[in-house]
Amino acid sequence: MIKIEINGQIVEAHEGDMLIDVADEAKIPIPRFCYHKKLSIAANCRMCLVEVEGAPKALPACATPVTDGMKVHTRSPKARAAQKAVMEFLLINHPLDCPICDQGGECELQDVAFEYGNDVGKYSEAKRVVPDHDVGPLIATDMTRCIHCTRCVRFGQEISGLMELGAVGRSEWMEITTYVGKSITSEISGNIIDLCPVGALTSKPFRFKARAWEMVAHPSIAAHDSLGSHIEVHTYQDKVMRVVPRDNEAINETWLSDRDRFAYEGINSQDRLTVPLAKSKGQWDEQEWEDALNQTVELLKPHLNNPDTVGVLVSPNATVEELYLLRKLLHAHGVKDIETRLRQIDFRLDEAAGKPVAPGLVNTLPEIEAMESVLLVGSNLRYEIPLLNLRVRKAQLEGARVRVLNVADYPFTFDLEDKVIADPQALVDTLKVLVRAAAELKGTEIPAGAEDAVVSEQHQAWAKDLVESGKATIMVGAMAQQSPLYADFVLWSARLADLTGATINVVPQSANEVGAYQVGAVPANGGNIDSMLASDKKAWIVVGIDPELDTVYGARLKQALDQADTVISLTAYDSEYLRSVSDIMLPIAVHTETAGTFVNATGDWQSFKIASAAPGDAKPLWKILRVLGNLLDMDGFDYVHADEVLEEAKAQTQSLGSVQGDLAIPARTCDKPVVLGEWSLYSVDPIVRRSEPLQKAAGAARPVVRSAIEADEIVLNTPAGPITLPNEYDESVAPGVVLVPMGLSETADVTLTDVSVAAS
Amino acid sequence: MKDTDFKVIKGEVKERIDRWISHYPADQRQSAVMPALRIVQEVNGGYLTPELMDEVAAYLGMQPAAVYEVATFYSMYEHQPVGKHKICVCHNISCLLRDVDDLIEYLKEKLGVDIGEVTPDGRFSIKKVECLGACGEAPVAMIGKEYYGNLTRERLDELLESLE
Ligand code: SF4
Ligand code: FES
Ligand code: FES
Repeated sequence: MIKIEINGQIVEAHEGDMLIDVADEAKIPIPRFCYHKKLSIAANCRMCLVEVEGAPKALPACATPVTDGMKVHTRSPKARAAQKAVMEFLLINHPLDCPICDQGGECELQDVAFEYGNDVGKYSEAKRVVPDHDVGPLIATDMTRCIHCTRCVRFGQEISGLMELGAVGRSEWMEITTYVGKSITSEISGNIIDLCPVGALTSKPFRFKARAWEMVAHPSIAAHDSLGSHIEVHTYQDKVMRVVPRDNEAINETWLSDRDRFAYEGINSQDRLTVPLAKSKGQWDEQEWEDALNQTVELLKPHLNNPDTVGVLVSPNATVEELYLLRKLLHAHGVKDIETRLRQIDFRLDEAAGKPVAPGLVNTLPEIEAMESVLLVGSNLRYEIPLLNLRVRKAQLEGARVRVLNVADYPFTFDLEDKVIADPQALVDTLKVLVRAAAELKGTEIPAGAEDAVVSEQHQAWAKDLVESGKATIMVGAMAQQSPLYADFVLWSARLADLTGATINVVPQSANEVGAYQVGAVPANGGNIDSMLASDKKAWIVVGIDPELDTVYGARLKQALDQADTVISLTAYDSEYLRSVSDIMLPIAVHTETAGTFVNATGDWQSFKIASAAPGDAKPLWKILRVLGNLLDMDGFDYVHADEVLEEAKAQTQSLGSVQGDLAIPARTCDKPVVLGEWSLYSVDPIVRRSEPLQKAAGAARPVVRSAIEADEIVLNTPAGPITLPNEYDESVAPGVVLVPMGLSETADVTLTDVSVAAS
Repeated sequence: MKDTDFKVIKGEVKERIDRWISHYPADQRQSAVMPALRIVQEVNGGYLTPELMDEVAAYLGMQPAAVYEVATFYSMYEHQPVGKHKICVCHNISCLLRDVDDLIEYLKEKLGVDIGEVTPDGRFSIKKVECLGACGEAPVAMIGKEYYGNLTRERLDELLESLE
């Protein structure tokens, strides 16, 4: 530690720290534009000039390392003169359009000009004008306002890994642009809106909607992947106007994925269900809540005598409180089939363990970032959990070797050390070879099942790296989890982890997937969605999902709903499909409209409060369940606050199986070509599917099958008959694999437990 | 990009670029970006296109935008077609003092093209450049790799005549 003096105040610092960081730490303000704590130092704006005693000229604090005894003045006449001069230069070409600029009121340039600038500039010549570019549906550009700090450019180079903007041209003609007129495609592009210190890059969906000072900021938790990123929901008159990240080093750092940032447009969608609806004689009637709830109880009661005939399908994005109350309400009546694992088709692990085996991250995100060797098994991580991908990218940039086993050669935003692209069976076989290679390396017995594996040099290198890296992890992603061989993927990955000393992270996907396991929103009787559909359910309760789109059971589920006597829908959205199958539809609040808790991928219970008002008569689900409990004359449903539900839920978590290599599962093979479902970034849940800007963005799903089969169309067999989809010939897809986009109406009949290629 | 996707960087062009790449450490291929751009510009008749820059990016393992930055920063890279003879007329202080503006007007008139345009026969285009470092002979122009100093209207007439 050394000591320096800033404005007469003694401050401790590490030799070599940048002056601006030391000052920030001591809360001594220094203005800046190009500097950002997560980006490299560019030192191009010169706004951070300060006086350092002994230096002939003012020095940029962002690029000046501190030395012992340094004496710094941030507000001396010399420093002020330098800051004023820089400010004047920056304003030469900056338009004075603050009244019509969305950044107004939260603009770094405005603030700094006010604090450090002159009241008038000497410049009276023409200002330069820079044409704007259409860079897609998420980001609006006003490039005349750009001050060339290059934060947005560095973000692309250093953080997202996709340099989509560049500083093109030079001197007076320099412009920030994609140059070729492309749209921005990064899955985390919205962060440049936050980074841009001026109004050059602003949120397109939020454009001209509200002023920063008119809105109320509510701290909350993001709901569209399993990380539970920390966010701030900004509301105006109780309506969500935008979502921005909150700093949290352990989870999202300062970033947010575009999915979590722009999904809110789906919350404000016109499709929201705003009144309870009941069907009588084929007609839908609006209801008062009291009547609707009484009718719900009437509909439900007869089935409760036969609890095995009731099935409940719930969104894994429902809160802990909601899931817990559902379980409490229904378990009390013997209904055990409550399921949130709507996209899993292989449940052999649970059978082997005798209880549900939950996915989860055993490593924290900073630990993942520090890994030296990473094996990704069946994962398009960038599109599954964008900010987890960032951590792996950081590890790779620091020298970690990342290898993948995938069914398609997905583009990563970092260099892969090696890869095997093959069908699921071949990938599992590769895992077996790796297990054998690792066993040979360690001189231990070769586990049963891997005896026939033939080890090549490539495999040896993979295994060796896992063994020898002090920090190694195997991460099992969504593609593996949703494949028919999920259990094999997990078991062989776990065995490999055991042998090599690597950790195993089975990556949860949805906001409260882990919470759902913990509070028992997975069947308690060894059942699962597959067995539920195979049994003859008379009544279904569907909660928070579009049943035809949110599962991989397509036509099979549709037929089950059609055949049931009763379907009760608790839904945030009105839809033709729900109207066609339901008997009653109760409007529920979404996550910003209720207090609740999500358990994230690393097992953190993260609670949040109400941020916005539910539309019309929609109510938080936990309150609806409380009343239903009362109407069913049940004890213990007198909660006043969601907190009370949470306390109870916490005290009653379920015992779960863990991912272990010594489980024995029955063998399964899958025939080729194997049809696998693919979830695009923006088809994963009802809210993002209804966010218009996201649906126009690069990550939106297209109703096109991808395969290495040379055919214009592919016909898939579904339980509802064959469907024909356009096929995109794609060499990056492994032979023998057909990838079907899920979550789209065009593929709503595709049932992944019962699908085959009929013709191509 | 696969090898077969390279339309221009193959054969002799590839060899020439590879020679430059070999001057730098193996993990710093991008150091060859400037000569690579120069070479592909040359074989493309004197100017770059986004496709060419993308090829250079793919070949050197760079992000396309990083190549665009370089290619738009230096004035010797062209982004529009140029004449077979690109007449680069100095437009900096010494040459201006020696009335280069008059010569530029004369050139424009004589060739019937504006700055940045190409004569219909494809032979000439005019470009204004900064100090050529030959102020002693101002006004100066560079055509191809040759400098021509102490220019007058008459010298220009002769020059244009002599160029195919
Ligand atoms: S657009 Fe914004 S972030 Fe990018 S260089 Fe300009 S001012 Fe900086
Ligand atoms: S913040 Fe230091 S030069 Fe820009
Ligand atoms: S100013 Fe023309 S050569 Fe220097």
